[in-house]
Amino acid sequence: MSVADQAPRFAGPVDQRMWSERIPAPWWILGLILLLLPIVANNFWLFQIMGWTFILGMIGLSLMFLAGYGGMVSLLQMSIAGMAGYMVAILGPSGAANVSLGLSWWIVLPAAFLIAALFATISGALAVRTDGIYTIMITLAIAAAFFYFTRQNYSVFNGYSGFNLVLPPQVFGVNWRDPLPFYYLTLACASLCYGAVVYLARAPFGLALQGVRDNPRRMAALGFNVTAHRVAAYALTSVFASTGGILLVWQNAQIAPGTIGISSAIDVLVVAVVGGIRRPLGPFIGAFIYVLLQVFSTDILGFFGFSADRFKLIIGIGFLAIVLFSPDGVLGLWDRWRARVVARKGATTGAGA
Amino acid sequence: MNAPVVSSRMNLPVAGNASSGNALELRGITKMFGALAAISDVTLSVKPGERRAVLGSNGAGKTTLFNCITGDFLPTAGLVRFFGEDVTVFPPHERIRRGLRRTYQISSLFTGLSVMDNVYLACCGVSRNRFSLVRPRLDDALVHAAQILVDAVHLTDDKDRLVGELAYGQQRQLEVALALSGAPRFVLFDEPAAGLSPTERADLVTILTSLPAHIGFIIIEHDMDVALRVAESVTMMHNGRIFKEGRSDEIESDPEVQELYLGGGHAHH
Repeated sequence: MSVADQAPRFAGPVDQRMWSERIPAPWWILGLILLLLPIVANNFWLFQIMGWTFILGMIGLSLMFLAGYGGMVSLLQMSIAGMAGYMVAILGPSGAANVSLGLSWWIVLPAAFLIAALFATISGALAVRTDGIYTIMITLAIAAAFFYFTRQNYSVFNGYSGFNLVLPPQVFGVNWRDPLPFYYLTLACASLCYGAVVYLARAPFGLALQGVRDNPRRMAALGFNVTAHRVAAYALTSVFASTGGILLVWQNAQIAPGTIGISSAIDVLVVAVVGGIRRPLGPFIGAFIYVLLQVFSTDILGFFGFSADRFKLIIGIGFLAIVLFSPDGVLGLWDRWRARVVARKGATTGAGA
Repeated sequence: MNAPVVSSRMNLPVAGNASSGNALELRGITKMFGALAAISDVTLSVKPGERRAVLGSNGAGKTTLFNCITGDFLPTAGLVRFFGEDVTVFPPHERIRRGLRRTYQISSLFTGLSVMDNVYLACCGVSRNRFSLVRPRLDDALVHAAQILVDAVHLTDDKDRLVGELAYGQQRQLEVALALSGAPRFVLFDEPAAGLSPTERADLVTILTSLPAHIGFIIIEHDMDVALRVAESVTMMHNGRIFKEGRSDEIESDPEVQELYLGGGHAHH
């Protein structure tokens, strides 16, 4: 792997073009489709499928930033998202009135981001001293510890039952949990997070993180504190994970230990790998596939006479196939297909000339 | 640190004061790998602005010595002082931020980035901008500094090319540029001329001799021609120990040295 493999040619950290010129045409079309989707899509698609895709995509994006740019595969991202979600439920109003503090949203939201960032920083500081498989193990251990803690602690996390009736605040008089507003809310958050990752990848911090991934010893010899840089990456990605986590709580109107269980932690990794863990778009594609499979597997499995709860089997087989045939995910398949088309086109025009 | 001042020779900023005493001082440096002593009891001092060549056969412990100076390895015993400050147990990045730089024997570059990006990254490493979340503008001071360095190592025409696509010799020149980022006070060059063609060697000698006078360096070099043209003093190492020290011309004419390393003084021309 090399530093620039996600971003195909780019002339220097300074790009002199206007921001609107830098965005290729397919992106404008995709943006237009997403903006106009509510004209054709029903509420189920807007709220359940697309809303969940964007949320899962943002949590996957936080892993993509760590793993793709930083070379750190973390199973902690769902816990960080869950921490932010839990904080919204604990500090704000919820059905568990004896535990929740019922504070206003403008205190709750910053506090949730801050506490989740603190959690990510401390966990990251533990995890970055390890490499490869050990990073996976230590982050898995922290995720498991947090899961069991929330299940057994009743004074703060309300134990097994968690929190229900956690609703988004009625800012601007809009009920943000209505399908249409929720769709645009998640779309806006996802676009912002995506844009932030694309931007940061070429800012000094992001460039240096990719340098740390490729050659930590050289980075130290250039004056970079490699450990500090890695920990800072955990802190930074908590912003994307927390955004996803808070929206997830609002979408489900509840949070419980099951939301942040081990299987959810692994799902985030599956989502990012299936889509393509080296590019920011990957997790969103992975999330879309995951959500479609989860939602429609009942019908597909029923058609073949299997029980509906076997949908993990389909996802597992799909994951296996992707890892075997396209280690860089669905985006990798797309790249290779396009390269072949371009090569064929080049061959035919070459023969014609 | 003082505000950077542009020097007259090569346009590099100047940092710190030209303090009295030694730029680099090693006392009794020993590095053991298990039972093997890679270097033993090396004591060496280099004055600010002094250019020193370290010669010796393969396995003499030259690169290990560099690794102890930069902090890549902690020495088993001994003391490293950098401009009077005891840096023996400092992590590498702390030494770099104090003005120490190094190059690698085998090019250690970011091959997927352009030439400018590599040098820009090096400039970020020794600035407070290293954690910046904001992309640089075209008039950014670090981008400007990177541009000056790219010009200084004669890579202006290739500044937007990916480093992986560069010729070997150009990659060696880029190694030198990375070591000159920020305000270097002392540089360790690990065989910068290895594998270069005669023309490229001449180019490298030009680059090294045109460095600002306040920047001292140690150069490990097998090519006596290069070593003796850029350095005024020589340290010879043998089996992990210092074997001889002196002015370049003394060492060149020393019969013992000629016997050991120059094959009687005729072989290398």
